[in-house]
Amino acid sequence: MSNTLEPVATQATESVFTAGPDFASHPEAFRASQSAAWETFSSLPMPRRTDETWRFTDTRKLSLDGFVRAEAVTDAEQASLLLRSKGLGKTSGRMVFANDRLLVCEMHGEDLRAKGVLWLPLEQAIAEHPELIARYFMQEKTVLGSAKFAALHASQVRAGMVLVVPKGVEISLPVETFHWLSGENASVFPHTLIVAGENSKFTVVDHFASAGETTGLAIGVNDIVAGAGSKVTYVAIQDWSRSATAFHLNATTVARDASSLALRLNLGGAFVRDEAVSRLRGPGGRSDMLSVTTALGSQIFDQRTLQVHEAPNAASDLLYKNALNDTARTVFTGLIRVDEGAHKTDAYQKVRNLVLSEEAEANSAPGLEIEADDVRCTHGATSGALDEDEIFYFQSRGIPRRVAQQLVTFGFLSEVFERIPDADLAAHLSDCLHGKLG
Amino acid sequence: MSTELLEPPTSVSPASQIEIDRSRGDFVYPEQHEFDAGTGLSHATIDYIVDVKKEPDWIREFRHKALDTFLAKPMPTHWASKDLENIVFQNIRYYLANAKRPTRSWEDVPDDVKKTFERLGIPEQERKFLAGVEAQFDSEAVYSNIKAAVADQGVIFTGSTEGLIKHPELFKKWFGKVIPTGDNKFSALNSAVFSGGSFIYIPPGVKVRHPLQAYFRINAENFGQFERTLIIADEGSEVMYMEGCTAPKFETATLHSAVVELVAMKGAKIQYVTVQNWSNNVFNLVTKRAIAHEEAEVKWIDCNIGSRLTMKYPGVVLKGRKARGEVISIALAGDGQHQDTGAKMIHAADETTSNIVSKSISLGSGRSTYRGLVHIPKHLKGCKNNTECDALLINPTSRTDTYPAITVRGTGNSSQHEASVSQISEEQIFYMMSRGLTEAQAMSLSVNGFVNDLVRQFPMEYSVELKRLIDLEMEGSVG
Repeated sequence: MSNTLEPVATQATESVFTAGPDFASHPEAFRASQSAAWETFSSLPMPRRTDETWRFTDTRKLSLDGFVRAEAVTDAEQASLLLRSKGLGKTSGRMVFANDRLLVCEMHGEDLRAKGVLWLPLEQAIAEHPELIARYFMQEKTVLGSAKFAALHASQVRAGMVLVVPKGVEISLPVETFHWLSGENASVFPHTLIVAGENSKFTVVDHFASAGETTGLAIGVNDIVAGAGSKVTYVAIQDWSRSATAFHLNATTVARDASSLALRLNLGGAFVRDEAVSRLRGPGGRSDMLSVTTALGSQIFDQRTLQVHEAPNAASDLLYKNALNDTARTVFTGLIRVDEGAHKTDAYQKVRNLVLSEEAEANSAPGLEIEADDVRCTHGATSGALDEDEIFYFQSRGIPRRVAQQLVTFGFLSEVFERIPDADLAAHLSDCLHGKLG
Repeated sequence: MSTELLEPPTSVSPASQIEIDRSRGDFVYPEQHEFDAGTGLSHATIDYIVDVKKEPDWIREFRHKALDTFLAKPMPTHWASKDLENIVFQNIRYYLANAKRPTRSWEDVPDDVKKTFERLGIPEQERKFLAGVEAQFDSEAVYSNIKAAVADQGVIFTGSTEGLIKHPELFKKWFGKVIPTGDNKFSALNSAVFSGGSFIYIPPGVKVRHPLQAYFRINAENFGQFERTLIIADEGSEVMYMEGCTAPKFETATLHSAVVELVAMKGAKIQYVTVQNWSNNVFNLVTKRAIAHEEAEVKWIDCNIGSRLTMKYPGVVLKGRKARGEVISIALAGDGQHQDTGAKMIHAADETTSNIVSKSISLGSGRSTYRGLVHIPKHLKGCKNNTECDALLINPTSRTDTYPAITVRGTGNSSQHEASVSQISEEQIFYMMSRGLTEAQAMSLSVNGFVNDLVRQFPMEYSVELKRLIDLEMEGSVG
């Protein structure tokens, strides 16, 4: 870690590395936790290559130097970003943040409040519902290597969405959040906290994007607490600038008979580190962990996952698909851990890499740690090139090689979207992917 | 189905049957070593070994350098078992031997050593068909013989010291080249204090019809065995090498840390078979690697049943076009055992292929771990890897881990990895019991079925032995 000691003109442009916690307008109780998080951040070393959780990653290139706190965007930019915040056709509500400041929080159609749903910007939740924050805010330990960055997030966080859905409530249309990153070397710390009450059912979609092709830093946390019998669908569409450094850290806990389905579509970023942990806490629980990544240019996608079966009779199913081109690199290390006594576990883990160029490199390390005997656990990893027979078939039908390659790649990746129950959402994901491959 | 399984169950209790099995290697004779380097490890220990073995100066230098490397390297506990910390290097005896050179006739072997090996069945084996046998007792080979017909073909089969002193032109070129001293902490330790092991050279075109065989035995308490094996199969030659390991059960832990290097020149084929049945207080930390040149084939067949902790990942560096590497691995981890095994395949040329098949069985509080590494770097064409690892868990306290690591670059290559963890099917057991088998017999049959396709790849007498060992291990684990 190399602390930049350059003189800093104003608080607003101070390096996130040296600035200390961003207290924003948070109340006293929360400030204490931010200060503690700052201490943790300062005391932890930067990742080293010899750390098992950073295997395959060139940690020397990883640096927080130079990133500054994002300033509020201008009115003109606000207007333009709002126009660009186009997601699904129909939603129950939409929040838009730019540089960690709320631009819009609007409900469409359904009156969520009447159903007892808490749907709030994080800052408001911190101020008005301290008991909720104390109970759910970043309660799970960051175990996959980014504890330092999680601590930085906790000390800097001000923007994000909190959704608490009470027992038995179903929200028919998804709620959407947009996070924009704007300005050279700006940093944002988007937060998503989802708490699903017993037997509730709903869908959340996060969009992450940069306003322009600038460098920047995003350290996001998205936590899901799936209560007994709930059904949560979470989709993150990540399209940061191709020069940005991003961390997306997730912790999901799944209670009895609950099911959580999370999908990440990874399009942008120069270096993107994804960490996802699903803890199956109750029998009958299920967690689907899905990811689709297109790695182009010199992009590096570094994905780490953990499926922990703490309770018996639960299921987890992971499917990560990567298409790699140019000099891109992907890293996948995943672990299924079955704790003692978690019998009748059904866990699956599969990573598939489609390598489209000579210089692209796919690293896979799917792991298993099993401490119960009555289980069914399998994992698989494949890496390979396009099937020349398939390309030949397209060409024989008059479709040029380049288009054929795009179609096959699209087919390979978009297969994952079939796992999304909401057809409109699946179609939207296909559109986003299509835009990148086109 | 074998008929003996249909015999009525014997009156011997499962527990005592396991004792019967263990006792095969669990006997010890009084030590009468003329040379003893004492306990602990220092540069003086190395000088002692070199002086006793009358080795040339370059080996002395090689050993001293290796000791420095060993001392400088940390224990790999950031990824490996913390149990490694229980090895007390200063309590280990690094060299024990009698002054006699290896004898060529069985009659010349000292009586107690002969009794040890007769109990292990070496001469019988040899009389049957083996081409050459070398038996190592603590640090040095006590008996080595090679059938005249094979020796006449120019095959050299000798101990490591003799190989380096008598045939430096053959062995010096590859010694320490496949596995450099600094490869890991334990290869450095072996390079510092190695003694015994086999050096084998197969001349071009010679196909050794019968397996060459070695037995390793630790007889003295607190003793560390550090044999060194180097096999060079020259162009177009073929050889199969088999090794077996045993030790009596002592009160304190014992260390076995071998380095095995294989060199398969163009078109050569090497098969290396290990059946490891060390007593379960032996730390078995072995580095095994092969270089396969153009169109060469190297196959490691590795079976780990004994030891307290085994860490062993046989590897093949596929250096020449169309080279092929294969690892067949069976591990059985019983109570208190940790079998940390796996494979490494480094693809370094076009059209190289590798195959890894690993099956492990964990019973009681046993833990089996598969660790694999497959590396296919860029600019290579037509490389293929296939990896399958299956784990079987017998008891609720059994444990298994799988940690593969696969790197693939470029469009011309493919790799696939599959792993599964399962337990014995209750329906299978029920069916077999309904046909009159005891639960233990049914379990044995089921486990044998799980590994059967791999066991069949072992030479006949080893596969029979393996089946028997699995049967016996299983008897005690039911209920």
